Amino acid sequence: MNIVVCLKQVPGTTDVRIDPETNTLRRQGIKNIINPFDAYALEEGVRLKERYGGKVTAISMGPPQAEEMLREAISCGADEAILLSDAAFAGADTLATSYTLSQAMRKLGEYDLVICGRQTIDGDTGQVGPELAEWLDVPFIAYVSKVEEINGDLMRVERMVEDGHEIVEMSLPGIITVVKEINVPRLPSLRGMARSRKAEIPVWTAGDLGVDEGMVGLSGSATTVVRIFFPERIHDGEMLEGDPESQVDALLEKLREARIA
Amino acid sequence: MDYGLSEEQKTLKSLARRIAEERILPVRVELDETEEFPRSIMKDLADSDMFRIFIPEEYDGLGGGCLDLCLVIEELSRVCSGVTVCYAATALGASALLEFGSEEQRQKYLPDIAAGKKLTAFGLTESTAGSDVAGIKTTAEKVPEGYVLNGTKQFITNGGEAELYTIIALTNKSKGPRGASAFVVEKDTPGFTFGKKEKKMGIRTSPTRELVFRNCLVPEENLIGREGMGFIMTMRILDRSRPGIGAQAVGIAQGALEAAVDYTAQRIQFGKPIISLPVVQQKIAEMATQVEAARLLVYATARTIDGGARSYTEETSMAKVFASDVAMKVTTEAVQVCGGAGYMRDYPLEKMMRDAKITQIYEGSNEILRGNIAVAVRKRKARRE
Repeated sequence: MNIVVCLKQVPGTTDVRIDPETNTLRRQGIKNIINPFDAYALEEGVRLKERYGGKVTAISMGPPQAEEMLREAISCGADEAILLSDAAFAGADTLATSYTLSQAMRKLGEYDLVICGRQTIDGDTGQVGPELAEWLDVPFIAYVSKVEEINGDLMRVERMVEDGHEIVEMSLPGIITVVKEINVPRLPSLRGMARSRKAEIPVWTAGDLGVDEGMVGLSGSATTVVRIFFPERIHDGEMLEGDPESQVDALLEKLREARIA
Repeated sequence: MDYGLSEEQKTLKSLARRIAEERILPVRVELDETEEFPRSIMKDLADSDMFRIFIPEEYDGLGGGCLDLCLVIEELSRVCSGVTVCYAATALGASALLEFGSEEQRQKYLPDIAAGKKLTAFGLTESTAGSDVAGIKTTAEKVPEGYVLNGTKQFITNGGEAELYTIIALTNKSKGPRGASAFVVEKDTPGFTFGKKEKKMGIRTSPTRELVFRNCLVPEENLIGREGMGFIMTMRILDRSRPGIGAQAVGIAQGALEAAVDYTAQRIQFGKPIISLPVVQQKIAEMATQVEAARLLVYATARTIDGGARSYTEETSMAKVFASDVAMKVTTEAVQVCGGAGYMRDYPLEKMMRDAKITQIYEGSNEILRGNIAVAVRKRKARRE
């Protein structure tokens, strides 16, 4: 079984700062990590390989430093990794990202299953998985919490929905996104780390993928981030002074003014 | 300090630390209180290839040396030496097969040990035989189908949880220690059951149980080495495993030192953190120096073994004795500088102090080992070395 896992490198922090000048995230001095939901996707890919045989290819679109994350993916059980990196890919929204990934899938050739995390922790859109399925015209299941079985080209999974679980079947090739309930990702292994040090990670550029330059990166993006900001905190509280009786009177007066009482 | 570690050793050490902090730290209090076996952590260690370190490459291992194993033991013990013992006892239990097993035995057992699929245990101690190995009463009687084992082993680490047991039993009662032989016995062999599980002061997640043999028939091919070699093998094995106890002690002491520094740096008395009080500084400085000295002695001993030395009873005894005494001293002082908090079970130090004590006792009590050292020193003097 050929399994492809899509990974993204994200800032390893919840303490996000925004640069007010440029409206972008301040990434300086922040260690990058593999997007946590993608780590579940990778682990599930490796487990399915262990269960059904085959190989796991990790793929990521990102700047050159994303190679480090792909090496970690190999040390955690991926067999191969490919980095999609080109200045032309920069500034991509989910549409341009999923298009680029789909072109990489076409170049890769045969695959049975693509696994993505349910969403990233920086963009939080959850769109790349389903969009990729649209580009490739293959079936898609979101929020998978358990892979029950794969039998030939039929896959049966349990997915989380708002008020419970659904059991869904899908034909392969197909794409799933996974939730954190699906597994506990393993740590790197010593053999995997030795393999990852030696592994050659090919870098595929826009030219290698034969993409339409107008469909990748900023120019291929259908959306634009106009502004990023923290919601303003509204401090409107007022302390009432005096003895309890006059405080109650003052409160009632306020409520009447507001036409609540 | 530059320990002269290779890149591979640094990687190994940092991965072991990551496992300790991400997988062991969140559950160490619970494991200490429930005294349950840390099965899922053994799986994590197996997934990360930690059981491959002490197995040669030709049996699916990574062919690491004594120092590599010590680095892992130290890092895991820094967080919880109870969990570490479950892991390290497998290295001990595998050592008879590793060093004295036949090619068939190695092929049969070592790959599963390397993969972490089978844990092992070493069964030597009995109620009448501890430091005095000659007190062994368990017998292995030769019969046409193999050997029949009878007797009870006591205080066996990993008892009940391990799949493979290296058992020392007498094949010839009249010869004393020279009548002892080593066998590999698989769990679920008819006639082999488990007795009382001990309740201990420390390392409480590590199971310590009796092994009971009642007319337990073991096939002839399970004899390790030759009949009568059991005692010599045991001495060789324990000589080699002792730096591991030293590493365990260094890890415990390091963990206690760090916990003491953390606490005294944030505990305010007399208007400032108590770590700035000279009396506390003196203690912290002494603890840090002792830990470093113990670590260097353990590493140097491990390197002596890895360098191919033929005899190292003296060196390994020194490393174990010194490091375990340091662990006891440092954990006791760490509890002291943290005062009431140090004594409370909400803080890690009282556990570390309880865990430290066993390192002075098992795999050769420090008193017995000091005897070894004295004998070796005297022999060297006689040889004018």
